[in-house]
Amino acid sequence: MSVPKLELRNVQKAFENKMVLHDVDLVVGHHDVVCLIGASGSGKSTLLKCVNLLFPIDDGQIFLDGDEITAPGVNPNQVRQRMGIVFQAFNLFPHMSVLDNITLSPRKVHGTDRPTAESRARELLDKFGLGDKVDEYPDRLSGGQQQRVAIMRSLAIDPELILLDEVTSALDPELIAEVLNLIRNLKEDGMTMVIATHEMGFARDVADRVCFLDDGVILEQGPPDRIFRDPQEARTQQFLQRIIEAGRL
Amino acid sequence: MTEQSSVDRFGRGPGLFGPHRRSGLREEGARGALIAFVSTVVFIGFVLWLILSSDTWPAVQNQFFNWGHFQTAWPAVLSGFWLDIRMFLLAEVLILAIALIVAMIRALRGPAFFPLRLLAVTFIDLIRGVPVILLILLLGFGVPALQLPGVPRSELFWGLTALVISYSAYTAEVYRAGIESVRESQRMSARSLGLTQLQTLRYVLVPQAIRNVIPALLNGFVSLQKDVALVFVLGVREGVRAAQIYNSRTFNYTGYIAATVLFLLVSVPLARFTDWYTDRDRRRKQAVGG
Repeated sequence: MSVPKLELRNVQKAFENKMVLHDVDLVVGHHDVVCLIGASGSGKSTLLKCVNLLFPIDDGQIFLDGDEITAPGVNPNQVRQRMGIVFQAFNLFPHMSVLDNITLSPRKVHGTDRPTAESRARELLDKFGLGDKVDEYPDRLSGGQQQRVAIMRSLAIDPELILLDEVTSALDPELIAEVLNLIRNLKEDGMTMVIATHEMGFARDVADRVCFLDDGVILEQGPPDRIFRDPQEARTQQFLQRIIEAGRL
Repeated sequence: MTEQSSVDRFGRGPGLFGPHRRSGLREEGARGALIAFVSTVVFIGFVLWLILSSDTWPAVQNQFFNWGHFQTAWPAVLSGFWLDIRMFLLAEVLILAIALIVAMIRALRGPAFFPLRLLAVTFIDLIRGVPVILLILLLGFGVPALQLPGVPRSELFWGLTALVISYSAYTAEVYRAGIESVRESQRMSARSLGLTQLQTLRYVLVPQAIRNVIPALLNGFVSLQKDVALVFVLGVREGVRAAQIYNSRTFNYTGYIAATVLFLLVSVPLARFTDWYTDRDRRRKQAVGG
């Protein structure tokens, strides 16, 4: 069996004595799209931030392409150069143009010269339909446009893996589709992704595997068809029932 | 009282000298302006009359507002004041740079940077705890007295150094407040892109921080513009010292008034500009909705 792109073993994380991740095991293969679902506070977002080393884990191990990235002495900056993360609130840099937002990391972290970084950024913007927004500032863009730029910012470093943290939760309903379509494009391009989401329809559509998180544990995982049609665990059934009642599936 | 807004129904914010009228018809506004004008004239006229009709006014006028003395004192005071201005400009540039470095050091996180942070905090606490004038005396008289080889002995140099050190400590705290006012998510976002702490500060946090604290920095300008005169205690012949020399020679205080006029000519416009900028800044933030 080949080495998976990402592997979490017994990952634990607590904030101020409150356990957020109890004992998480997760394997993500190359080109896999894994969706994390579960109630707010179940640990989806924390899990992604632990993988990006934004939160140090308390116990367990995380491997990227077989390299343990949680080992002592590993430089987090070098790990982060290999993966992208996109946040719920976009977090674009408000004092920089779209172009500068996208090229900052390639230029300053990856040492790409400005013309190369900029032409690559323009390519991305053209490909995803924001070619005319190159010189705009984030506050002049809609939420959906900002989030697409944020995704492109993480793509600009040619990551091996992208983590998406509830990227549509802060968007008006009519703006969600444009972001989800971009993510579908990434899947077609073969990008490995771990996606925390409340969009069940999208998860069912795009995921190779769905993981249900409950109280800091991956309680159940499997292909979307099975998880959504025939959940085994009572907690999963309850969660999906509530989602259906809310009209979200 | 209805909800207050700094932008009136014409979309105008506060003017240079305070808020525009916020409501009412055009005629009411004109009447308001007339009332303000008349009451101001009456009030100032009354105060002037009180002063000018008092028994002591001729003596006061002779001591402080003597035109002949004013003209005689003016050239020396003016040339001294020009030194004040140059000191102010040079010191301000140095302060803005040094304070930023101190603030950035203080903003570094992680145990590895603890010694540097400790150094920055100690510097800020010690310097802020000492009166500026004491620092000026200590450095301005103390260091030249050591007669160290290769160390400047000019009082002007050390007086200015004391001012730069003192103001850097205060200004570092202004920058720090600005850095802390930038949302944590911006730092996280930058770090997630692989930027180091220093790169995060330099490209993401500090540019946003500076925008947030420009009004506070401008206030510091106004303050420093006056405080440079403190080096007069070292005998540096700046504006106040020149006025003092004139006073001790003639026993007339009009030279001080000349210096006062010069300081006001610079500091009042600077203070007005600061207010104007601060209001404009606040309105912009409101317009963006946060």
